[in-house]
Amino acid sequence: MRYSGLRVIAEALTGHKGWKPVWRDPAPQPDYDIVIVGGGGHGLATAYYLAKEFGQKRIAVLEKGWLGSGNVGRNTTIIRSNYLLDGNEPFYEFSLRLWEGLEQDFNYNAMVSQRGIINLIHTDAQRDAFTRRGNAMILNGADAELLDQAQVRAMYPFLNFDNARFPIKGALMQRRGGTVRHDAVAWGYARGADSRGVDLIQNCEVTGMRIAGGRILGLETTRGFIGARKVGVAVAGSSSRVMAHAGLRLPIESHALQAFVSEGLKPFIDGVMTFGAGHFYVSQSDKGGLVFGGDIDGYNSYAARGNLPVIEDVAEGGMALMPAIGRARLLRIWGGIMDMSMDGSPIIDRTPVEGLYFNGGWCYGGFKATPASGWCFAHLLARDEPHPTARAYRFDRFLRGLMIDEKGQGAQPNLH
Amino acid sequence: MSTRLATGGRLIDRTRPLGFSFDGARLRGYAGDTLASALLANDRMLVGRSFKYHRPRGILASGAEEPNALLGLGTGARFEPNVRATQQPLFEGATATSQNAWPSLAFDIGILNDLAARLLPAGFYYKTFIHPRPFWKHLFEPVIRRAAGLGRAPREADADRYEQLYAFADVLVAGGGVAGIAAALAAAATGARVILAEQTAHWGGRAPVDGDRIDGQAAAEWVAAALARLGAMPNVTLLPRTMVAGVYDHGYVLAEETLADDPAPGHARRRLWRIRARRIIAATGAIERPLAFAGNDRPGVMLASAVRDYVVNWAVSPGDRTVIVTNNDDAYRTALALLDAGLAVPAILDARPEATGALPAALRARGVRVEAGRAVARVLGRGRVRAVQTCLQAGEGAVIDEIPCEAVAMSGGWSPVVHLWSHCGGKLRWDEGRAMFAPDPARPPTGADGAAMVIAAGAASGALHATDCLRDGHEAGRRAAAEGGSMPPEAASPAEAPHAEAPAEAPLMPVWRMPQGAGVRLAAKMWLDFQNDVKVSDVELAAREGYQSVEHAKRYTTLGMATDQGKTSNINGLAVLAGAIDAPIPAVGTTTFRPPYTPVVIGTLAGEARGAVFQPLRRTPIHGWHEARGAHWEPVGQWRRPYCFPQGGESHADAVRREVLAVRNAVGLLDASTLGKILVKGPDAGRFLDMLYTGVMSTLPVGKCRYGLMCNENGFLSDDGVVARLSEDTFLCHTTSGGADRIHGWMEDWLQCEWWDWKVYTANLTEQYAQIAVVGPKARAVLEGLGGIDVSAEAFPFMAWVEGTLGGIPARIYRISFSGELSYEIAVPAARGLELWERLMDAAAPHGATPYGTEALHVLRAEKGFIMIGDETDGTVTPQDLNLGWAISKKKADYLGKRGQERSFLTHPDRWRLVGLETLDGSVLPDGAYAVAEGTNANGQRNTQGRVTSTYFSPTLGRGIAMGLIARGPERMGEVVGFPTLDGRVVQARICDPVFYDKAGEKQNV
Ligand SMILES: Cc1cc2nc3c(=O)[nH]c(=O)nc-3n(C[C@H](O)[C@H](O)[C@H](O)COP(=O)(O)OP(=O)(O)OC[C@H]3O[C@@H](n4cnc5c(N)ncnc54)[C@H](O)[C@@H]3O)c2cc1C
Repeated sequence: MRYSGLRVIAEALTGHKGWKPVWRDPAPQPDYDIVIVGGGGHGLATAYYLAKEFGQKRIAVLEKGWLGSGNVGRNTTIIRSNYLLDGNEPFYEFSLRLWEGLEQDFNYNAMVSQRGIINLIHTDAQRDAFTRRGNAMILNGADAELLDQAQVRAMYPFLNFDNARFPIKGALMQRRGGTVRHDAVAWGYARGADSRGVDLIQNCEVTGMRIAGGRILGLETTRGFIGARKVGVAVAGSSSRVMAHAGLRLPIESHALQAFVSEGLKPFIDGVMTFGAGHFYVSQSDKGGLVFGGDIDGYNSYAARGNLPVIEDVAEGGMALMPAIGRARLLRIWGGIMDMSMDGSPIIDRTPVEGLYFNGGWCYGGFKATPASGWCFAHLLARDEPHPTARAYRFDRFLRGLMIDEKGQGAQPNLH
Repeated sequence: MSTRLATGGRLIDRTRPLGFSFDGARLRGYAGDTLASALLANDRMLVGRSFKYHRPRGILASGAEEPNALLGLGTGARFEPNVRATQQPLFEGATATSQNAWPSLAFDIGILNDLAARLLPAGFYYKTFIHPRPFWKHLFEPVIRRAAGLGRAPREADADRYEQLYAFADVLVAGGGVAGIAAALAAAATGARVILAEQTAHWGGRAPVDGDRIDGQAAAEWVAAALARLGAMPNVTLLPRTMVAGVYDHGYVLAEETLADDPAPGHARRRLWRIRARRIIAATGAIERPLAFAGNDRPGVMLASAVRDYVVNWAVSPGDRTVIVTNNDDAYRTALALLDAGLAVPAILDARPEATGALPAALRARGVRVEAGRAVARVLGRGRVRAVQTCLQAGEGAVIDEIPCEAVAMSGGWSPVVHLWSHCGGKLRWDEGRAMFAPDPARPPTGADGAAMVIAAGAASGALHATDCLRDGHEAGRRAAAEGGSMPPEAASPAEAPHAEAPAEAPLMPVWRMPQGAGVRLAAKMWLDFQNDVKVSDVELAAREGYQSVEHAKRYTTLGMATDQGKTSNINGLAVLAGAIDAPIPAVGTTTFRPPYTPVVIGTLAGEARGAVFQPLRRTPIHGWHEARGAHWEPVGQWRRPYCFPQGGESHADAVRREVLAVRNAVGLLDASTLGKILVKGPDAGRFLDMLYTGVMSTLPVGKCRYGLMCNENGFLSDDGVVARLSEDTFLCHTTSGGADRIHGWMEDWLQCEWWDWKVYTANLTEQYAQIAVVGPKARAVLEGLGGIDVSAEAFPFMAWVEGTLGGIPARIYRISFSGELSYEIAVPAARGLELWERLMDAAAPHGATPYGTEALHVLRAEKGFIMIGDETDGTVTPQDLNLGWAISKKKADYLGKRGQERSFLTHPDRWRLVGLETLDGSVLPDGAYAVAEGTNANGQRNTQGRVTSTYFSPTLGRGIAMGLIARGPERMGEVVGFPTLDGRVVQARICDPVFYDKAGEKQNV
C-alpha cells in the first residue's frame, strides 16, 4: 500500500478504515536462506537491502521483543558524517547519502531533517583539531565548514560564550548533519522488507546456535528451531551474549548510555549542538522537546537504565552551555545498552564459524550508520566480500594493529 | 460558572488574600490555594490549549496527573514554562500566562487543526510529506516546527539557586498519605532512621477529603496527631513538598524538594536529595482514570476526585450543577461533597447495571437521581460544558435525555502509582477485579543484597480502601524496619495497625469506552491523552495498521508521551488497544515506567555546579600576577595558562614573536606549574616505571633526569615528560599539563588491578609545587643573581637536578630544556611560587625580564623539532612514527605497548612518519591540512599521504616552519607535496629535517 498525501485525504473520507497493517505477523518457517538476528535498525535495514538490492529470497528477521525495541528506538537520533579517520569517514558519508534518499526509497516519512550539526570550539588546539577533521571530511566527499564566534552567536545567541572554563570561540559545522525520527526508521525498513517477502518474526529470542563441523545450521529460539544457510547477527547491546552461543568472545563491552528529553518548548534550537568539553549534546525535536545526552555510564551493565552521576553531569554541562535551561524541566530519562568496542569503531565481518556473520560494536553512534550498516552487511552476506566502504571493519584489525580509534583512547571501551 | 464558596476550604486561609495575574488580568486568591484552585475560584475554566488540535482545555485534575493546566510562570530570568497549575501553590504577585495559543487563549488560530482533525489522525505524518524531497526541509518541517512545543523556552540565565544534599535512611517512605504515615510510624517506632517525603505541602493525602474516620477521629485530626508524633522523633525526617523522582540501583533515590516559590535573594529555590535507603516504601497512592466518552475533554469535565478536592480543600465550586459519571462507588463521595457544600447534582450516571451499595443508597436517600446502566453520549458546549446527553452504556449512543449542567465529574476507577516500584525492574500483575495493574509482590525490584528493596504500600499496592491502606502501610513499615533497620521490630513497633471506618464499596465495572458500542464518529471525540490529543480512534487506527505492541501504539500515536507521561491515559489507552486486537489486557502489558515521576527542573540536577563553579578553574600560584600583567589566556585542561603577554597594544602574534626572540637572545620566564608531577615511591618503583615507560628508568642514577615516553597497550604514544630520581626508591615523573590526572589514574589502574603485589605508592603532587622555567643564554646569570645554589656548568650539568636554597627559598632545580636553550626548571613549595617568580623577574630585569606564554613555548620547541603530545600525537601515532626509537629500550623484556607495537600494521614501512615541512614561499602552512597523493578514493576525492601536525611562524628563522606525518617521510627528504586547504587553495611544501634550529644542540650545553 503506497503512502501519499492524497491517500491520507481519501482515507479521511471513510473514517480511516482502509489502512492496511504495516507488516504481516508470520509464523516462522522451518528454515530460511538467510536469518538476521535482531530486529533493530541494522537488522531490519540489512533484510530490506538483501531483498531489494541484492536479490536475496527466503529471509527472516528474528526479534526477541517488538521491532525496534532496542537502541534504534532509544537513541538521540543524530545523523552526521563528521568522522576523522580513513576507516570510518567514507562509510559514514555513504550512510549520510543513503539517508538523503531513504524516505523516497522506502516510501515512509522518517523525517530526515538536515538542520546542521555544530561541534563547539573553545581553544586553539581544538580549532586545529577540528580544522584537520574538516579537511578529512572534505577529502571524503562530505561537507564541512569552520565557523567563528560571531557565526555561532548569530545562530544561538543564548549560549554562554564567556564561560570561564570553556569560552566558545567557534565551531565545526556540517550542514548536512541533523536528526531523523528514530522509530520511523525501524518501521520504514520493516514495512519495506515485509512488502518484499521478508518474514519479520517478533517475540522470538535466539537462545542457542546449532553449529556442526564449523558451520552454522540454524538457531534455537523461543519459537523453536529455525534452520538457516547463513545467519547475520545484528543485536547491538546484546552482541556478546548472542555471540556466546557460538562460543565466541568479542572485543566488546556493554555499557548503559542514557538519553534525556525535556518537556515541550517552543523551538529555539534549530540544529544539533555538541559541547564535547562539557560532555553534553543537544537538539530539539519537531515536537519541541530538548533531546540531550552525555557520557556513557562508566561501569559495565546489561540493564537498560542508567544512574545518577551521569544525570547530574549532563545537567551541569547543559546549564554551563545554556544557563537559561535551568528552569526547563526534564521529562524522561532512559537508557540503552551500548556495544562498546575496543577502539570505538564497529565490526561488520565474517566469524570463524562458516555461515555466521557479525555486525556490532556500534558504541553510541550506530543510529546514523543504520542505512550503510544494513547495506554493507547485506553486501557481505549476499556476496561474501566486504563492501568497499566497510573494509576496515574487521575483527582482525586488533590483531594487526589497524585499530580505528577516533578518540585515541586506546583499548578502554568506557572512554570511547 | 466556577466560583469560591462562602464557607469551607480546609487548606485555604481566608485571612490571607493573595494577588496574582493570569494573562494580564489581576485576580485574587488565598494562601493555601494552588494556582489551579485560584483560577477556578475566579471562573477561569479555560486555561490552555491542547498540543495538536489546539482545543480549549480546562483543569482536569488536582495533582501531579494534570495534563491540561500548564502555564508559564514568572518573567525574565525567573520565567518558567509548563508549570502545572494543580501543583503550584499560589503566592503573592504570581504572574501566570497561558501557553500554546495565538493570538490569545480565547481566540487561537491553531484551532484550524481541530477542524482538519480528520486529515490529521495518529501518524499521518509518516505517510505524507515524502515528495518532493526538498519540500520537507524548506516547507513542511519549518511549518511543523513553528507549531511545535508548549511553553516558551526560558531565554535568560536562571536567576535562582539550587542546592544538593546526600542523605541516608534505613527506611524511606515516599508518599505522605495515611498509608505512608502509618508506615513511617511503624518503622520509626523501632528506632530506624526514617525519611518521609510528600510531594504536596499537605499531609494525609486523600483520606481527609474522603471523610473517613481513623481510630475514632476524623482523618484530618488523626493525620495531624500522627505528624506531631513523627515530628518529635529524632530519627524521623519529614520532607513535605518533596517529590521522589526516581529509584536507582541499590536503593539510591533521587528526590526534589521545593524550598520556595519566590525565594528571597540568595536563598535556594529547590533542593536535590540523593538518598541511599536500605528499604523504600512506595506509598504513592493511586490516580483516578477518566472515562472515554465523546467530549470528555471539554472545560468543565473533571475527575470526580478532583472535583471533591476543589470543593473540600479549597471551597471552590466547579459550577452550580455537576453531573457525575462513574463505573464505581468512590465517585459517589464527590456527590456527597457537592451536596454538603450546597451544590446541585442533577444526576449520577453509573455505567454498572446496578448501583446498590451503601454509597449509592446514601445518595438516593438524599434525593439524587441515580441512573444505573447509564452513560454519557456526548458533552455539549464548546468553551465550557453546557449539558450532557445521556445514553445506555450497553448501547451505541442513542440519546435518552439531555441534562443541563456546568460541570461533569467522571471516574473510571483507579490506577496505583507504580512508578517507584517499576523504575528498577519491579513487575506488575493485572488485578481483574479492580481493573488495574498493581505491584506483584512476588517480583519486586531487588537491591545489592538480592532482596526486595521497594515495598509498595497502600493504594500504590492496589489496596484502595482506607482500612486496607492503613494495615498495608503499617505492615510495610514494620517489615522495612526489620529488614533495613538495626533493631528488632518487636522492640517498639505497635502490633496493631490504625483502623479506619469507611463505607464498604461495591466492585467497579471496567469501562474503557462509553457507551460500549460507540462507533468511530464518537470514538474520534473520546480523548485518552488530553495533552497530546490522542483519542480512542487513534489507538484503534494504530491497531488496525499493525502497531499492536503497546510500545508501537504509544510511539505511533504519542499516547502517554506528554508532560504528564500518561498518568491519566496509559491504562485507558492500553485497554482500548487490547480491545482492538482482541487480546487480554495483561497480554498487552504496560509501557516502561521511567524516572522522573514528575518532571524535575534541570537547575535542581545541576545544583551549584554552574557558572564559575562548573568544573572550577585551576589556578597556579602565579595566576594573579599573569592576570595583572594582561596575559591573554588559553584553556589547558582545567587550567588557564597565559598564551602570551601583549604589551601596549601589541597584537598576539607580535607578542609571541617578541617572547620567542627574548628567549633565544637573552632570557625568558615561563610559569610551568601546571606540569604534572607524580611521585612514585617504593622498593618496586624502578621496576614499575620500566613497565610504564618505553625507556629504562631503573638505571637512572639518583640526582639525574631522563626523558621518557608512555604508551597505551596498543603501543600508541600517550604522554611524555622528564623523570627525576630523587632517591633510591623515589622518582618524580613529570607529565604534560593536561595529562597529570589521566596518567595518575593510569598508574593506579595498573597498580591496583594488575600489579597489586608490587610495592609502589604514587602521589599526585602537581599542585604542591610551583615550577618556573628560566630559559635562555642568560638563564644562569639570573639564577646566580638569586644565589644559594651553584648552577655552574661543571657543578650542575645538563639532565641533572639539585636541591638547595635559592635566594632563601627551598628549591629543587632541574636542568632540562624544551627549547634547546640553556634552561633551568625551578620547583618550590606552591606557597612560595609567586615570591620566587617576582624575585626571578627582578633578577632578570637587566636582561629584559620577559615572561612568556604557551605559544612561545610551542614555537620554541617546534624550531627544535621536539614533539608535543596532542599535536604530533592523537592516539594513533607510535614513538617510532615520531623517530623516537632512541627513547625505546631494545633490551627490556616488556613495557606497556611493546606487544602492540610489534603488530604488522605498526611496523609497516608505509606508515606516516615525522618530518619537517617548509613551504616553498616561506609562508606558514595551514593547520590541520592533509597532503594529497596520486589517485582518488571511493568518494572521488584525492588520496592522502600525510598531514600537518604543528605549524608556526618562526621568529628565529623569519619564516614558516612545520612538522607533519608523511608516508615514508624520512625517506623522502627534499620532495615537495601539496596541501589543499579548507578555502580551496593548495599549498606546496618541501619535506625536510624537523630540527630547524641549532641542529647540533650546542646552545643548551653551555
Ligand atoms: C541513549 C542513546 C543515544 C544514542 N544516540 C545516538 C545518536 O544520536 N546518533 C547515533 O548515530 N547513534 C546513537 N545511539 C546508538 C544507536 O542507537 C545504536 O548504535 C544503534 O541503534 C544500534 O543498532 P540497532 O539499531 O540495530 O540496535 P538495536 O535497535 O538495539 O537492535 C538490536 C535488536 O536485537 C534484539 N535482540 C537482542 N538479543 C536478541 C536475541 N537473542 N534474539 C533475537 N533478538 C535479539 C534486540 O531486542 C534489539 O531489537 C544512541 C544509543 C543510545 C542508547
